[in-house]
Amino acid sequence: MTRDRSQGTPVLRLEKVVKEYEGTPPLRILHGIDLTVTEGELVAVVGPSGSGKSTLLALIGTLDRPTSGRIHLEGHDLAAMSERQVAALRARRIGFVFQQFFLLPGLTTVENVATGLLYTGESARRRRERAVRALHDVGLAHRLGHRPDQLSGGEKQRVAVARALVGRPGLLLADEPTGSLDTASGKGVVDLLRRLNEEGTTVVVITHDRDLAASFPRQVVIQDGWIAFDEHSGGPAPAAGSPAPGSPV
Amino acid sequence: MTARLPRPARLRPADLLRLGLLGPRTRRLRSALSALGIALGIAAVVAVTGISASNQAHLLDRLDRLGSNLITVSPGEDYEGKKVPLPKESVTMLGNIAPVERVSATGDTKANVYRNEFVPSNQTNSLRVLSARLDLLTAVRGEVRTGRWLDHATERLPVVVLGSSSAERLGVTAPGTKVWIAGEGLTGEWYGVLGILEPNELVPEIDDSVLVGGPTAIARLDGDRTPSTVYLRVHPDRVSDVQDVAAATANPAQPGMVAVSRPSDLLKARAETDDTLTGLVLSLAGVALLVGGVGIANTMVVGVMERRGEVGLRRALGARRGQIAAQFLIEAVLLGLFGGLAGAALGAATVYAYATGQGWPAAVPLVWAVAGPAVAVVVGTVAGLYPALRAAGMSPTGALRSA
Repeated sequence: MTRDRSQGTPVLRLEKVVKEYEGTPPLRILHGIDLTVTEGELVAVVGPSGSGKSTLLALIGTLDRPTSGRIHLEGHDLAAMSERQVAALRARRIGFVFQQFFLLPGLTTVENVATGLLYTGESARRRRERAVRALHDVGLAHRLGHRPDQLSGGEKQRVAVARALVGRPGLLLADEPTGSLDTASGKGVVDLLRRLNEEGTTVVVITHDRDLAASFPRQVVIQDGWIAFDEHSGGPAPAAGSPAPGSPV
Repeated sequence: MTARLPRPARLRPADLLRLGLLGPRTRRLRSALSALGIALGIAAVVAVTGISASNQAHLLDRLDRLGSNLITVSPGEDYEGKKVPLPKESVTMLGNIAPVERVSATGDTKANVYRNEFVPSNQTNSLRVLSARLDLLTAVRGEVRTGRWLDHATERLPVVVLGSSSAERLGVTAPGTKVWIAGEGLTGEWYGVLGILEPNELVPEIDDSVLVGGPTAIARLDGDRTPSTVYLRVHPDRVSDVQDVAAATANPAQPGMVAVSRPSDLLKARAETDDTLTGLVLSLAGVALLVGGVGIANTMVVGVMERRGEVGLRRALGARRGQIAAQFLIEAVLLGLFGGLAGAALGAATVYAYATGQGWPAAVPLVWAVAGPAVAVVVGTVAGLYPALRAAGMSPTGALRSA
């Protein structure tokens, strides 16, 4: 399923988002980010370490709240929501993939993936069924009963992707998904993310790998807490309202 | 597009339980060790109260079998501390009180008993040689462990029946052995051991005695013709009535110089006052529980620190602070519960082994078998509170970054 990205509805909209950490003087990590991601997009947020991209991911993923500015996720203003509601939103609408996988060592592959649905209120049986299906989708049908230490790095990350996807989130956030992988398995995971995007999932990948970012339809370059560059390479025109100030590096 | 806000969901009880088991499942040894402290505390409580209860059950059991309707009447002391012997007729007189069902008596002799003739005469082992009426055994419900009790023929022969402790102290284990009986003004003689009695908690003085027949005592051992103790088996409902009149009946001339007692009272008191040690051990067990709680708290704090990544991940997967706290709190509660159950089982096994070894009925007080694990759960809850709140208080980003 493919969509016309220019006319998609915004999944994510950031307006003048500032993040500061307390201190004297306060440490300002993000200086006012404007960013819109529409449904079905595949976006790479790229920048050197210390540029603020991880902080940005935490804000987008509702793991942290901005100091000022607004974030809308699927039309909901996060500032107006309680912790409870935000947690529920995380449980159902956002999927996370981390560099370190964060698979639970005591659980099998299926159990790890089913954990992705634990906080949605689904029954254990349903969670398991959906986890098995998600593992089929990422090509790990033969690893259902394995434990994390019996899997290769690439397999671990694919389990993590399955866990992020099992709840059919509106937004998949991946923080350096290939950072701990060798080139071949990294490529496998990226291909997987690309395929999932083609099937309709909105994907935002954070990376410091410029080559990887360059292969994505849209790149957002972050530098020193500003959006330095936002372009759609090889894709349609920028989504409405999304272009950020700043110039190409 | 504004999709409907997803509704917050609760964790199901079964899911919470599974979450609580995750830590113990993946860190088995550490969890077992941290639960061990509590287990030992609970085991100590259950074992001590159980052994005490078993002992009590045993004493009451014996009392039941030996009967609480036995009265003993013996010479009292006058104002100078000298014994006032009971009149010779007192046995018959006491036997004539209507509710008295059986009567028997022992009498003193001047003799002492030795393993052989070479033992110095002052080493008497605190054993007394008493004359016994043939019906003594029936009156006190004594039992012969091995050999035979005196009869009409043997009460005239130089033979003895040993109380259980006297057999032990003399080193006699089987009938047929000979013991040396001698005393001031008596020519020493060998006496054959006819039988050995079982211990009798109701009349411990007989355990420490060597019994000979009345005629033998008088003829050969300068035995008293007056009774040293009269044993009365009384109708169970009339015991106190008989107690009231026993002194006057036994020695109408000097009723104040007669000692009347009901040995079962003593036994009952012993059964009930056996709690002296319990208080001390209970406070020690309290300390053990405290230490166990600290152990659980310590394990949990370390576990929470090690599992920061998991906490961050779970927050990312949509867990609320309360759900994180619940997971770790339940883990601590389960550790307490496992410790408590293991402790109760260990304590009960100890009670069973000890009681069986002593020949007592094993009795584990249900209150403690239930309260033990319950207390352990409380200890686990208190111990888990701080680590659980600490896990819940972590910021998701901090937890993910530091892991």
